[in-house]
Amino acid sequence: MPSLGSDMEAGTLVEWLIKPGDIVKRGDIVAVVETQKGAIDVETFEAGVVEQILVPVGEKVPVGAVLALIRSEGEAAAAPPPAPVPVPERPQPQAPIVTPGRARISPAARKHAGELGVDLAGLTGTGPGGAVTLDDVERAAQSAKLKPPTAAERHAAMRQAIGAAMARSKREIPHYYLGTTIDMSRAMAWLQTENERRPITERLLHAVLLLKAVALAVRQVPELNGFWINGESRPSQDVHVGMGISLRGGGLVAPALHQADSRSLDELMAGLRDLVQRARTGSLRSSELSDATLTITHLGEQGVDTVYGIIYPPRVALVGFGRVLERPWSVNGKIESRPLLQATLAADHRASNGHRGGLFLTALDRLLQEPEKL
Amino acid sequence: MTAAQLKATVLKLLGTIAPDVELDSVNPEVPFRDQFDFDSMDFLNFAIALHKAFKVDIPEADYPRLATLNGCVGYLQEGLAGRS
Repeated sequence: MPSLGSDMEAGTLVEWLIKPGDIVKRGDIVAVVETQKGAIDVETFEAGVVEQILVPVGEKVPVGAVLALIRSEGEAAAAPPPAPVPVPERPQPQAPIVTPGRARISPAARKHAGELGVDLAGLTGTGPGGAVTLDDVERAAQSAKLKPPTAAERHAAMRQAIGAAMARSKREIPHYYLGTTIDMSRAMAWLQTENERRPITERLLHAVLLLKAVALAVRQVPELNGFWINGESRPSQDVHVGMGISLRGGGLVAPALHQADSRSLDELMAGLRDLVQRARTGSLRSSELSDATLTITHLGEQGVDTVYGIIYPPRVALVGFGRVLERPWSVNGKIESRPLLQATLAADHRASNGHRGGLFLTALDRLLQEPEKL
Repeated sequence: MTAAQLKATVLKLLGTIAPDVELDSVNPEVPFRDQFDFDSMDFLNFAIALHKAFKVDIPEADYPRLATLNGCVGYLQEGLAGRS
């Protein structure tokens, strides 16, 4: 069970897309798990032949649990070859013989029902004389588990997940905050000219310019890009930018756009469009949710001028953008109206110093002054 | 296409972009973004959906006219009339 964020403790397997004997390659989607952040497609990081499925559908297992065994090419089959996982067969319910009076239930079944929180009143017994057996209790517990959570339950679980991660962040990460105002007139003018000559399906949003500029700027200050794990900074070679995306109904996810520093604006736009769409329909991939090396939160859409972010652990930095707004700006001794943007950096002081954070914001500003080079 | 038909089609497209919006309760005079969570990516996807469904060109300068349901209907009526 992959960790899809520092706030995730367990996941429920809802669907297997592979079976023993199937050949899989790295990156294939092998299963779907239900988490506090919705249904996520799980990819495999191993290539080979599926040898055994270890976790049945409907089971909730902790992060780190082995879900299935994949034998890589050339690797000898584990001896003795494992018996195929028996699919629990639903016993054919025989017509229950209804005995008038009190429902019959074995003491063991009653005890087990109490442990699992199964309501005995709704149970149909398949045992002798319609008695409720241990199996009946197990089955009822399983089907209750398989019931999809309601919107309210999902919302509560999501709030709890966000709360846990943010509390941990505030408790453990010594944040420092920096902010700067960026003149966006060149970037916005370039974007307007560019979009005028593009068909609607290929137009860009200014968020994509910000995304690319962040990805390039962080290459110059690599200690902001990566993780803080086990008391040490682990900068990442790859720049995977996590984009905070709000879900209607209150959720929040930060799936990653991979290798954002080496992709073109068009590729990033297509990637962002795809991510937003999949985030909202609940079909994000496990790697996208777990491997962002830096996060961007962009609250300008909501009319916010400035956002001071909370770092999403174990990452070490979060870049915040407000809205682009026409405001007075001093240019060559004269006041002019310019589209301005407040950019902020929340960074982990264990991994970087304010001086380096300042260099990052300066680089970001410089990159946005030459949008044609992004 | 009548205004009512245009309106119905526009609402249907809106539903594909923002699946959780109750389409019956959309106020035709109030900008979408003031009624529900509708960010610039949603708006762009919505404009693309209109473009594909009605085969009309929508320059970026016209975006403000698509902010409300009635605005969309009026804009599409003009665009479709200009073509015939």
